[in-house]
Amino acid sequence: MSTQSSRFAARLMVAPSVALLLIWMIVPLAMTLYYSFRLYRLLSPDRTGWVGFNNYLWFFNSPDFWLALFNTLALVGGVLVITVTLGILIALLIDQPVKGQGFLRILVIAPFFVMPPVAASIWENLFMHPQNGLFSAVARGFGAQPILFLEQYPMWSVIGIVSWEWLPFATLILLTALQSLSSEQLEAAEMDGAGAFARFRYIILPHLTRAITVVILIQTIFLLGIFGEIFTTTQGGPGSASTTLPYMIFKQAIAAKDIGRAAAGGIIAVILANIVAYFLMRGLGRNLNS
Amino acid sequence: MGKIQLTKVRKAFGEVDVIPGIDLTIEDGEFVVFVGPSGCGKSTLLRLIAGLEDTTSGTIEIDGKDATNLPPAKRGLAMVFQSYALYPHMTVRKNIAFPLKMAGMDRAEQDRRVERAAKVLNLTNYLDRRPGQLSGGQRQRVAIGRAIVREPAAFLFDEPLSNLDAALRVGMRQEISELHQSLKTTMIYVTHDQVEAMTMADKIVVLNAGRIEQVGAPLELYNHPRNLFVAGFIGSPKMNFIEGAEAAKHDAHTIGIRPEHIAVGDGPWEGVVGLSEHLGSDSFLKVAVEGIGTLTVRAPGEVAARHGDRIRLAPAGKIHRFDTNGLAI
Repeated sequence: MSTQSSRFAARLMVAPSVALLLIWMIVPLAMTLYYSFRLYRLLSPDRTGWVGFNNYLWFFNSPDFWLALFNTLALVGGVLVITVTLGILIALLIDQPVKGQGFLRILVIAPFFVMPPVAASIWENLFMHPQNGLFSAVARGFGAQPILFLEQYPMWSVIGIVSWEWLPFATLILLTALQSLSSEQLEAAEMDGAGAFARFRYIILPHLTRAITVVILIQTIFLLGIFGEIFTTTQGGPGSASTTLPYMIFKQAIAAKDIGRAAAGGIIAVILANIVAYFLMRGLGRNLNS
Repeated sequence: MGKIQLTKVRKAFGEVDVIPGIDLTIEDGEFVVFVGPSGCGKSTLLRLIAGLEDTTSGTIEIDGKDATNLPPAKRGLAMVFQSYALYPHMTVRKNIAFPLKMAGMDRAEQDRRVERAAKVLNLTNYLDRRPGQLSGGQRQRVAIGRAIVREPAAFLFDEPLSNLDAALRVGMRQEISELHQSLKTTMIYVTHDQVEAMTMADKIVVLNAGRIEQVGAPLELYNHPRNLFVAGFIGSPKMNFIEGAEAAKHDAHTIGIRPEHIAVGDGPWEGVVGLSEHLGSDSFLKVAVEGIGTLTVRAPGEVAARHGDRIRLAPAGKIHRFDTNGLAI
């Protein structure tokens, strides 16, 4: 399957999709780049013109921007830490032979099928609500003051909700990786005198590295763009406490109707994503080579 | 050092008795081979000794101490697995050092032992490679290295050569035998290959359906099989069994005669050659003899017999006699 003609045929056949994907990516990117240097406000459509880096400077000079940048990274990092850690623990747990294993696994996977706004609403109204929520009921049961999650700890609450949504994904990938570990390796380690913790540390965890890498890479892609959960719960507030970069761009585009600034924010987000991707691939990329 | 005593060891998986009850003594320094067809419980028995399976009842003593309920690590045994079970993300050095590290041995002593094991096993140049970069034979040696550095009371081998090609298998067989000669440690070796059993063992334990059929030195089993099963299992090609009138002549229900104990030439039996395999050193013939059935004959050297030829055969060696229960008379 690697004669000259077969290689040529392979290239010929992937060419249309490569071209299509390229256009799909290049055209919006180029348009965004173009608008990011323009004055383009929907509320005053007659005022147009080149503004140089003004749109970008507005972002860099806005105190909200640095908070949003920090919030974005905190969201990605926080959710990754929680989902990978809990994912490993839950995968280890449901890998044990127990009665009703199939049902248990479906329960664990279920949150992944809940749409983000729905998940956020469930959390907001059924768990975190100061009057009707389960958490406040529990707090009152102990005679404590209910915690106002979305007001006092908005970013933590969003991280919690998003973690709940992504935990099944991490668990599922890690579980399948766990199941591909040969039992003879674990038995050999047992004979070699490794206790349960040593077996986890020296056999199971290294075996899971590749799966963990996949989880981190895929989740990072999706977590950088988290929007729906914030929109349905905190709306970026209180103030700007839970505003992330995507949410800030949304506010510029839809609330302020300033397409130029929103486009500049978009370009910043693209650059940020590439910086994150660069460091991720440098740090984790070698785990993907067998 | 490494005396292992099994008393009424029984293992059941749910309703199924895999091992109904075994009594066996393995002396210190012995090379014992468990041999039997697949599913006979030989691997299970080894895993019971290793502690990887719980015994349903009975006791396992190692060096006179009851080890029935000890965890594997506390039994002082080392095991070489069929798949080698090397740790793929560790270098050869770390693989071999792993049991030492787990035992909390200091680094200098670890290094010293690993170097020594590597020297014995010809792995010195490969210590910094990973298992994935090694050939089958080298992986096998790493697995053995990981076992010997612990200086265990006994080695357990679970079909260690079954993943190697034929030539390498012969070589590794000799290496393991030599290792046993130099270490003089008890070794328990599980295989379904009776050639491995015959060539390596001090003592062979023939297992069938979870029961011990016979225990003895290789040639003792070859010359004096206790029953039909052992007679048929030990020796290659398989012993010929003859029933009916021919057996009655020898005052037995069944008689057995090994292929190498039948001479081609003159004799009382006449038959037609079916399959004939000429190896140069030996010739294997399947001969359909009237009134007896098909006999396998192993004739030394080259025999000018082809498919369809009529030849005469004569018994030229021991005839084994068995009663109606299949026991040797």
